[in-house]
Amino acid sequence: MPQSLPVELDVAKIRADFPILEREVRPGIRLVYLDSTATSQKPAVVIKVMDEFYRKMNANIHRGVHTLAEEATAAYEEARQRIANFIGAKHAREIIFTRNATEAINLVAYSWGRKFLQPGDVIILTEMEHHSNLVPWQILAEERNLRLEFIPVTADGLLDMGTFNELLGLQPKLVAFTAMSNVLGTINPAKEIIQLAHQAGALTLVDGAQSVPHLPVNVQELDVDFLAFSGHKMCGPTGIGVLYGRETLLHTMPPFLGGGDMIRKVYLRSFAPNELPHKFEAGTPAIAEAIGLGAAVGYLENIGMDKIKAHEHELITYALECLSEIPGLTVLGPPADKKGGVASFSISGIHPHDVAQILDRYGIAVRAGHHCAMPLHDKFNLPATTRASFYLYNTKEEIDQLQMALGQVIKLLG
Amino acid sequence: MDDLYREIIIDHYKNPGYRGILDPHDISFEDENPLCGDLIRIDLRVNEQGVITEAAFSGHGCAISQASADLLIESLIGKTIEDAKKITKQDILDMLGLDTLGPVRLKCALLPLKVLKAGVYGLGEASDKLVEEE
Ligand SMILES: Cc1ncc(COP(=O)(O)O)c(C=O)c1O
Repeated sequence: MPQSLPVELDVAKIRADFPILEREVRPGIRLVYLDSTATSQKPAVVIKVMDEFYRKMNANIHRGVHTLAEEATAAYEEARQRIANFIGAKHAREIIFTRNATEAINLVAYSWGRKFLQPGDVIILTEMEHHSNLVPWQILAEERNLRLEFIPVTADGLLDMGTFNELLGLQPKLVAFTAMSNVLGTINPAKEIIQLAHQAGALTLVDGAQSVPHLPVNVQELDVDFLAFSGHKMCGPTGIGVLYGRETLLHTMPPFLGGGDMIRKVYLRSFAPNELPHKFEAGTPAIAEAIGLGAAVGYLENIGMDKIKAHEHELITYALECLSEIPGLTVLGPPADKKGGVASFSISGIHPHDVAQILDRYGIAVRAGHHCAMPLHDKFNLPATTRASFYLYNTKEEIDQLQMALGQVIKLLG
Repeated sequence: MDDLYREIIIDHYKNPGYRGILDPHDISFEDENPLCGDLIRIDLRVNEQGVITEAAFSGHGCAISQASADLLIESLIGKTIEDAKKITKQDILDMLGLDTLGPVRLKCALLPLKVLKAGVYGLGEASDKLVEEE
């Protein structure tokens, strides 16, 4: 079968790969995990490679000549190569390990932003950004007197591309946006935005925290300049994330943090920075976590990102149908064909905390709050929402359970 | 199954006795829980002997924070300001009929007490320290 034809996932087999899905939240109540947008669960292969790293291979990397150090270095660099292949990067040296997507975006703001942005320069963001692709730019804007502009979000949760086109007239230096909203689920037209930004002379940064785990992503096809994402949302461990940067750009950027590993030569009063990617990786990195992320990427690749996307599309289509049957419930964001597996909703008169708490009685894990997108919630005039999100291991039966439990919520508090 | 949503909480949430605004008032304070956007305002009228004669709360939030506010206000009337300063986290849990509460929901339950304390102590802003057990 050609790879471009997604066939159905064997979800029962996938579920068996995730030990935590066996868990009972309390006696007799099996976990229904609908919070993968916050963090995904981890398959046994990821847990195993990290465990084995500490049992058999643990050593600090680079510069060591003993066997363990060589093995650990090779495993760490192999993970980098796997991740480069996974997102279609030209070279492994374009993959910089960070703690998470947040740190990756901050790296760009501090290193590239401080060197290249002048007072009055314009950065375009969107109204649907996670705080992690908003606050770093606010900090920089304050320091450098920059101007932040925002692509508005329409009532149905899409980016207003007409206004974006007008904003491009301001000759922005950077357009930074999320490829997929963690609240609305909207899949933004990343390729089109990047093309338009480039035509206007701007660089582009994509917050891939949600897109990389859930959609096929290829940085060369997108022609994106920077891509940030987190390991923990894509079956990998916490504490490891990635900044992809176009090599030519990374060369022009000064180091981010100073310390060991990021230098080539150090004198008492000066230093010469190391080569890519080490220039941006100061200090001992999260070695086991990087190796774990390498295994996660291998796991996702084996299944196929196109199949995962198709499966999540099926789930969100079904979920939106089920949720529409619940009186007083409104789902934020566009229809299923324009979004990934995220359903944030409000139920009139019932607070999201109460919804989430009562769902927990049924073992259903959802998130309640502003999901680190306060300005977006302000826009929709909601202090908070309840969010159910799906990943490769979720099933329609779990959505049925969600619907049933929401009925109980309304019975109790409606 | 846990019974966080026991009758007393549902009752006070759905049919609060002390929801409203007092204008004029002697003491008024409001604060927000940044995690969930819950907002509580408390207004008090106090006589010359320092006794709380009238009290009301307003704002919005989850069942726990709203019920906690209503129960707290109910307990205040007839108390002195000095008594109000002595109300503890445990008192709130007792009013709600709960033995324990997870760290996230505890913040919801204690928001009204935090607002009250900031108000009666005449502080510029509320802090979690006000409701931590000494
Ligand atoms: C769209 C988006 N961007 C950025 C982040 C930040 O990820 P992290 O906290 O792992 O840095 C998240 C996480 O929720 C997200 O959903």
